[in-house]
Amino acid sequence: MAENIQCNYCENPATVHLTQIVNNQVKKIDLCEDCAKNKGLSSPQGISLSDMFSGALEGQETGKQGLACPVCGFTHSDFRTQGRLGCPACYKSFRPILMETLDAMHPGTHHVGKRPNHLMDRMDTRQRESHIEESLQQAIAEENYEEAAKLRDELAELRAKSELASATEPQQ
Amino acid sequence: MSINTLIKSGSENLHDSIPIVLSTRIRLARNLCDYPFPGWAKVAQKCEILSQAKDILKDVPSLKTATFYNMEDLSDTEKLILVERRLISRELSESSHSSGVLIARNQASSIMVNEEDHLRIQILRNGFDLSKAWKNINTLDSRIESKLDFAFSDELGYLTACPTNIGTGMRASVMMHLPGLYISNQVDKVIRAVNQLGMVVRGLFGEGSDAIGSFFQISNQQTLGESETEILERLSKVLVEIVKHECNARMLLVENERIKLMDKIGRAYGVLCNSHMLSSKESMSLLSLIRFAVDLGMLPDENRTLVDKLFMETQPGHVQVQLSSESGTDERDFYRASFIRKGFSTLPELNFDILKEQEFTKLFPRGL
Repeated sequence: MAENIQCNYCENPATVHLTQIVNNQVKKIDLCEDCAKNKGLSSPQGISLSDMFSGALEGQETGKQGLACPVCGFTHSDFRTQGRLGCPACYKSFRPILMETLDAMHPGTHHVGKRPNHLMDRMDTRQRESHIEESLQQAIAEENYEEAAKLRDELAELRAKSELASATEPQQ
Repeated sequence: MSINTLIKSGSENLHDSIPIVLSTRIRLARNLCDYPFPGWAKVAQKCEILSQAKDILKDVPSLKTATFYNMEDLSDTEKLILVERRLISRELSESSHSSGVLIARNQASSIMVNEEDHLRIQILRNGFDLSKAWKNINTLDSRIESKLDFAFSDELGYLTACPTNIGTGMRASVMMHLPGLYISNQVDKVIRAVNQLGMVVRGLFGEGSDAIGSFFQISNQQTLGESETEILERLSKVLVEIVKHECNARMLLVENERIKLMDKIGRAYGVLCNSHMLSSKESMSLLSLIRFAVDLGMLPDENRTLVDKLFMETQPGHVQVQLSSESGTDERDFYRASFIRKGFSTLPELNFDILKEQEFTKLFPRGL
């Protein structure tokens, strides 16, 4: 029965097949030998199929197999066991799953409260800085020294301004 | 400032206390954008966060005289005292390394570092004052934000370790004393109604704690999709409703069950004046009845602050710190009873007659 079935976690042919009823639904899982071992199938405690289904396989059904945050390595199943996320970037990494949760949890899914204005200004300045710097490098590469001088002054002015802003006390 | 000085210098919520509403607290969850959340960060990263936060926070004008406590430098009793004063959470008190708390001299604000989130900023105020608390914490937050890059997304707001806090990252809570509803078995009904309005009811020390002494914390549950002011307005409305119900329950008790009520309060007074062994649970529920007696006019108004002070200072940690480390339960219960007897020696007798001539409008707290 199994010769053409692929492992749910990798490209290898599946040799371990499990069936269990989770939430009144029959769930099937097919694994290759290595993945079965990695998931603890050969360990004395065995695995909770329910955990696996609620984790990776549920993801697989909606195309999110093996979801992990590329920034901090936190996985979807870590989230399911801990109820907390790994880092700020996890909100982007797990967005498809999270939005549903957030919608059920809160009256809206869009922030309408306070915004960190100083941070916004800093981000804006940094973005402009890197933009000017790019143009400056390009001007130099093209030996357009008149333009380069102009951009260098612009950059110096922007930096002086942002330094001044960070040195003064914020307005209440 | 040592923990002992901190106890002696008195807490923000120990003056001019009013009936029903003890204190207002707002906390904001904030995280630095370049680090994993504390629960997932490596020890070295947590150390970096801690030292960065300490550096920045000491330059905030309103925190110039604040003291920073590293959790690893505090004994279990000292941590417990900070929990009892509501300056840190139980979660922080259980963490050992690379976490700490900055506490303002007047104990009205504190900032926990590396609790569930990198920063948990809180403002604690006496009585019912959500708008002033918000004004203060908003200013404090902006000052910190002018120096630190917080994790923020245009769409989701402030990014927090737990999705339950995302958006505003704000939890506003008010500590209420509801003996009227408690004695007349109506608390469950109120809790259900409050839950339906998107608010949570917890015991004295937050998540999972009991409703000791009929003290309840009411707070907002949701943080995304509404602005801070909208959340606070909604919470305010719910609180005013609860106050009305509590006043109503008190009136009914005085009207229909006066003798039982007088007996309950009279016994509490008798035990507190004369006992020589008191557990913290017993003393809390009896002191709660004395606070109720003050609200009803059976004791002069100024004694409410004394009751609150006794309530605070007879909690387990506060008692333990006064005794040698080998002292057990019996010694603590003996110390607690003596401390309360001494406090009660300045109290006049209970005025039972006043319950017969009660002007019920007086039961309504000022400013509500």
